[in-house]
Amino acid sequence: MSRYLRFVPLAVLLLFVVVVAWRLVMPEDTKVRSQMTGQPVPTFALAPATNGIPGLSSKDLATGQPRLVNVFASWCVPCIAEAPLLMELKRQGVPIDAVAVRDKPADVAEFLGRHGNPFERIGADDESRVQIALGSSGVPETFIVDGRGVIRYQHMGPIEPGDVPALLGEWEKAR
Amino acid sequence: MIAEAGLAALWLAAALAALQLALACGSGGEQGRRIATIRAVAVAQGLLTIAAFAALVLVFLRSDMSVLLVAENSHSQKPWIYKLAGAWGNHEGSMLLWVTVLAIAGSVVALFERRLDERTLGASLGAQAALALGFFAFLLVASNPFERLNPAPLDGRGLNPLLQDPGLAFHPPTLYLGYVGLSVAFSVAVGGLIRREVSPAIARAMRPWVLAAWIMLTLGITAGSYWAYYELGWGGWWFWDPVENASLMPWLAATALLHSVNVLAARGGLRAWTMMLALVAFSMSMVGTFLVRSGILTSVHAFAVDPTRGSFILALLTIYIGGALTLLALRIADVKEGAPFEIVSREGGLVINNLLLSVILGVVFVGTLYPLIAEAVSGEKLSVGPPYFNSVASPIALALGAFLLIGPQLRWRRDAAPLLPRIAPGLLVAIVALVATIVLWPTIGILPRLGLALGAGLIPASVMPLFGRSLRRTPLAIWGMVLAHLGVSVAILGMASDSAFTKERLAAARPGETVPVGPWLVEFREVMPVAGPNWTAIEAELRASRGSGVTILKPQSRFFPDPPTTTNEAAIDTSWNGQLYAVLGERDDQGRWQLRLWWKPFVTLIWLGGILIALGGALALAGRLFRERQQRRRIEEAFE
Repeated sequence: MSRYLRFVPLAVLLLFVVVVAWRLVMPEDTKVRSQMTGQPVPTFALAPATNGIPGLSSKDLATGQPRLVNVFASWCVPCIAEAPLLMELKRQGVPIDAVAVRDKPADVAEFLGRHGNPFERIGADDESRVQIALGSSGVPETFIVDGRGVIRYQHMGPIEPGDVPALLGEWEKAR
Repeated sequence: MIAEAGLAALWLAAALAALQLALACGSGGEQGRRIATIRAVAVAQGLLTIAAFAALVLVFLRSDMSVLLVAENSHSQKPWIYKLAGAWGNHEGSMLLWVTVLAIAGSVVALFERRLDERTLGASLGAQAALALGFFAFLLVASNPFERLNPAPLDGRGLNPLLQDPGLAFHPPTLYLGYVGLSVAFSVAVGGLIRREVSPAIARAMRPWVLAAWIMLTLGITAGSYWAYYELGWGGWWFWDPVENASLMPWLAATALLHSVNVLAARGGLRAWTMMLALVAFSMSMVGTFLVRSGILTSVHAFAVDPTRGSFILALLTIYIGGALTLLALRIADVKEGAPFEIVSREGGLVINNLLLSVILGVVFVGTLYPLIAEAVSGEKLSVGPPYFNSVASPIALALGAFLLIGPQLRWRRDAAPLLPRIAPGLLVAIVALVATIVLWPTIGILPRLGLALGAGLIPASVMPLFGRSLRRTPLAIWGMVLAHLGVSVAILGMASDSAFTKERLAAARPGETVPVGPWLVEFREVMPVAGPNWTAIEAELRASRGSGVTILKPQSRFFPDPPTTTNEAAIDTSWNGQLYAVLGERDDQGRWQLRLWWKPFVTLIWLGGILIALGGALALAGRLFRERQQRRRIEEAFE
């Protein structure tokens, strides 16, 4: 065997160790980010999710002003946790719409009655079609859509108190 | 008390491993006396490790919830067989099993190995002790299986219901026997390289271990594949999941080693290559253990991810493999060239076999790690799945299979006699089968078509080495080879038939409706609740008929309350020419049930082939051990 060839197995081992050690040091980010960030909102039109609040269509999202779209469900426990923070965002002047995933009108009404209603429009996404089209992998998730209807930012999981300034900042940026 | 005794035994065994390593390194003392001491220490180390493992099994059988591991992985209401299996169905217990097998292997070498000279044996046992020492340290420092829990909980947290299956209870130990059995090949190769003594004697010492480990790996992989097939309810038998690949890679290396070690033992050739393979085979075992135990690759096998443990095994693996490969690189120049051979010869054939197996190993290795490499280099996330493995590995595997038509017919050293008469039977059958598939089934894919032709041709080709021999005087090892190669042909036929002819049907059906799949008419009779020892289930009754044959299938959707989990229990009807496979899914609002049906012609041949391959290995192993004993007895008689 030639002089260099005999070190090939060692080199393969070295490569393996480097790659694997890198993964051990940098744990995997298991979040599946939406491929739709930076893209226009896919076309959709959802019926109202509950009485008295209009439904949501993609046209409602291109109004010249950036908006938040909250993907939620009345059966989702973390959604309860983030409800007061959505109210806080609304108080600061952020317009918010919602997609209610696999929900029932009565349950949505009860949820809003109990935890407050920050939403201007709520679309009923009974088969998760719009949720999937937005690239959301679970509830709750919050998207920022700019005035031209382009998705600018995705927040995964419940909004926590520390996330509010970041969301406000992103919303300002999208103006 | 039992747990403390087990821990004490583990510490003592670790100390003895350190002593064994020191004795092997130290140069003082008379050679004969020292090797006797090393042998004794190795045996004591093995016994203590067995005691530690027995202690763990005992605390599991007694459901001693004051032991953390038992509380986390067992439950007092579990059937006893799963309490037993629970002992190794978790990280700490499985690592203890790993070390136990390692120590037992060391003891058996110490007790029975007579082929190696004393110095090489001493060096090999030293290497084995070094391996054991690292893994003892791993257990004692980072994965203590005997840790107590105070206060003890009232009951344990159960075992994943997917794992409550007799097949799976014994699948990991079988694989571990295979993984760790290869450690002896590794240690003997290290011993030989240290002593600059790479001889046929080394190959003969290694061979039974390689064979035995390879048999276990073959059985383990076959059983694992069948388990995934019937338990996961996805209808497939191999998913190229990282954990599956982790068991396939040592098997590929061991298969190559198994063939090349014969060249070294019989003809003294391929010395450096065989040593490298011996190191690579066990390295792949360690890499596999690391990949599985560190949870570093995303897999359906959800194992706990713990960076400390991952780093520990990575450090061990780097030291052992790095050390051994450095030794190989430094000593390879001193390894004498073996007996020369011509390209057209048995040796030449085995070289081609080894090259093709190594390429497949490389393909699987790169494919398994590529997602990591890609993300490390470009930050891009991707996964490598069946499309890559199937399209890259399958053609090479088919080429290897095609070569099996020729290889076993070749003679050692040089083969000047006309080759065609010997390979004609296999070749003819393969060509006829190929034409037949084109006429009968013009639409099937190219790979399954070639697989069918090749599988058919390999049947006569596998049996050919018996041709012209006196069957009564044919050594068992030859019978073993014939049987194993026949197993390869059977498995190839099963895989090709499955991918060419499987019929799948996904239906939403109400009770009373009939769904056709392949030659079957499946009537959905009714759905009813049933209860088992620790689960409840919804069971469908399906009446499947084909011609006049009728069979009842009862797929279940099972619910385990503790921990709350739902599993799909597939119902499988096996007939001589295939399996009807049924899975019951969920019910929709309109009262229709999701029903997934497969008709898989001759799919069982895949696992039958695997079993035949392992049986062939067992025959060869028995033959070799028996013959060696006879020879030793003859030599002893000659001296008397």
